Amino acid sequence: MAEEEKIKRQVVLSHKDAFKISLRSIRIRFGRSVIVTASICLGVAFLTSVLTSNSISNNLLQRGPEEIRVILQTIEEGSRSRQIWLVTLSLLVCVVGITNSMLMSVTERCKEIGTMKCLGALNRFVIELFILESALQGVIGSFVGAFIGMTGIVILFLLRYGGVVIHFLPLLSLLKYSFFAVLLGIVISILGAVYPAYLSSRMEPAEAIRREV
Amino acid sequence: MPKEMVVRVMDLRKNYFLGKIRLEVLKGIELEILRGEYISIMGPSGSGKTTLFNMIGGLDKPTEGKVYIDEVDVAQLDAYELAWLRCRKIGYIFQTFNLIPVMTALENVTLPMIFAGVGHDESVEKGIEILKTVGLGDRIQHKPFELSGGQQQRVAVARAFANAPAIILADEPTGNLDLKTGKEIINLLKEMNKEQGVSVITATHDLKMLDVSDRVVWIRDGIIERIEERADLKLKVGEVEGEEAG
Ligand SMILES: Nc1ncnc2c1ncn2[C@@H]1O[C@H](COP(=O)(O)OP(=O)(O)OP(=O)(O)O)[C@@H](O)[C@H]1O
Ligand SMILES: [Mg+2]
Repeated sequence: MAEEEKIKRQVVLSHKDAFKISLRSIRIRFGRSVIVTASICLGVAFLTSVLTSNSISNNLLQRGPEEIRVILQTIEEGSRSRQIWLVTLSLLVCVVGITNSMLMSVTERCKEIGTMKCLGALNRFVIELFILESALQGVIGSFVGAFIGMTGIVILFLLRYGGVVIHFLPLLSLLKYSFFAVLLGIVISILGAVYPAYLSSRMEPAEAIRREV
Repeated sequence: MPKEMVVRVMDLRKNYFLGKIRLEVLKGIELEILRGEYISIMGPSGSGKTTLFNMIGGLDKPTEGKVYIDEVDVAQLDAYELAWLRCRKIGYIFQTFNLIPVMTALENVTLPMIFAGVGHDESVEKGIEILKTVGLGDRIQHKPFELSGGQQQRVAVARAFANAPAIILADEPTGNLDLKTGKEIINLLKEMNKEQGVSVITATHDLKMLDVSDRVVWIRDGIIERIEERADLKLKVGEVEGEEAG
C-alpha cells in the first residue's frame, strides 16, 4: 500500500514546518502578538505575585523574626480570598483577549488557510498552526510574567522588612509556584486558541477562498 | 495510446441557500475530460464556472451528482485522501494568485511539496528548478508583494506544478493580468500541458485562450450549452468575437 504510506508521511512530517510558519506569522503580526503576549505576561505576573507573596508570608509567619510576624498577623485573612478572586478574573480576561486576537487572525487569514488546504494541508495542520502560534506567545509571556511577578514580590518584601527576609525565602515552593503559573499561562493561551483554530479548520476551502477581508 | 479519462462529472448539481431562497447554480453538468487535454470553460459572469471548478477540485461538496477523478468518486474520500488528492493530483491556479504573502516565491512553491512529504533539500532543489522553468530563476527569494502581477501568477503556476499533478485547474488565471502577460501565462500553461501531459482546465472570458484549447465548453446558467472541438472552433472565432463586441 504505497499510497497509504505516502498519506501517512504527509501527516507526520509537518511539525517543524508548522512551527516555522507560526513563528513567521507572529513576526508578521508583531504588534498584536506583543499585546497578546503582554496580556498573558501581566496575568501570569499577577498570579505569580499573589502565590509568591502568600508563600513568603506563610514562611515568615512560621519561622520569621518576631517583629515581622507581628506585622504580618495584623493583615487580615480575608484579603487573600479577594486576591484569588482577582487573579481568576484577570486570567479569564486573558483567555478572552487571546481568543479575540486569534479570531481576528483567523478572519484575516481566511484566504491563506483556504489556499493551504488547496495545496493539501490537513485540518489538523491548520489547527496546529493556530495552537502553536498562541502557545508560543503563551510560553514567552508566561516566563516573563512569572519572572516579573516573583522578583517584584521578593523586592517588595526586602524593601518592607529588610534584608533578613532573604534568609526566609521558601525557595522550593517559589520555584513550584512559578512553574505552576507558567504552566497555567501556557494552558490558557492554548485554550484561547482552540475555538478560533477549530473554526478555521472547519471551513471548506472554496468558502475560505471566496471570502474577501 | 488509448485515451484515459481523468475527470468525469455526472449530473452535477449545486444549490446555494440564501435564507430560504434556493439558488440553483449548477443544474446537471455532464463532462468528461481526457488525460493531456487542454480545456477551456467559457461562459458569462455568474454562469457557475468557479462553482464547477470547486466541485471538480474537491474544494466544495456538490448538492447532487458525482465527480470522478481518475475513476475515484471524490465524495467517497476521507479527509486524508482528499488532502492527498488536492496535494498530488490537482494543481490550482487562481485569478487572484493566492500566494501566501509571508512566504518567499521559493517557499510558496515548496509548500505543496512539504505537504506531500518531500524532504527539505529535495523540495528546495526542485522548487528552484521549477521557478527557473517559469522564468523566475532570479526572483526566488522575493516575497509576493515584491513581484508584479504576472510574476506572481508565474509563481502560482510553478506552485501548481510542484507535485507533478495530473490536472491543472486554473480559474481565470489571466483575469488580473494585462494582455501580453496573460498570453505569456497561457503559453506557459500550454507548454507544460504539452511537455508533461497534464490535463489543463481553465475558465476564462478571454477569447485568446481558445487558441490553445483542445476543446471549449460553453456554459450558461449552470448548464453546458455546447462543447466545441478545436477544429470547429477555428471557423467560429470570428463570429464569437463579433458576438462579444455586440
Ligand atoms: N457561496 C455562495 N453562496 C451563495 N451564492 C453563491 C456562492 N458561490 C456562488 N454563488 C452564486 O452562484 C452563481 C455562480 O457563481 P460563480 O462564481 O460560479 O460564477 P462564475 O461563472 O465563476 O462567474 P465569474 O466569471 O464572474 O467568475 C452566482 O450567481 C453566485 O452569486
Ligand atoms: Mg468565477
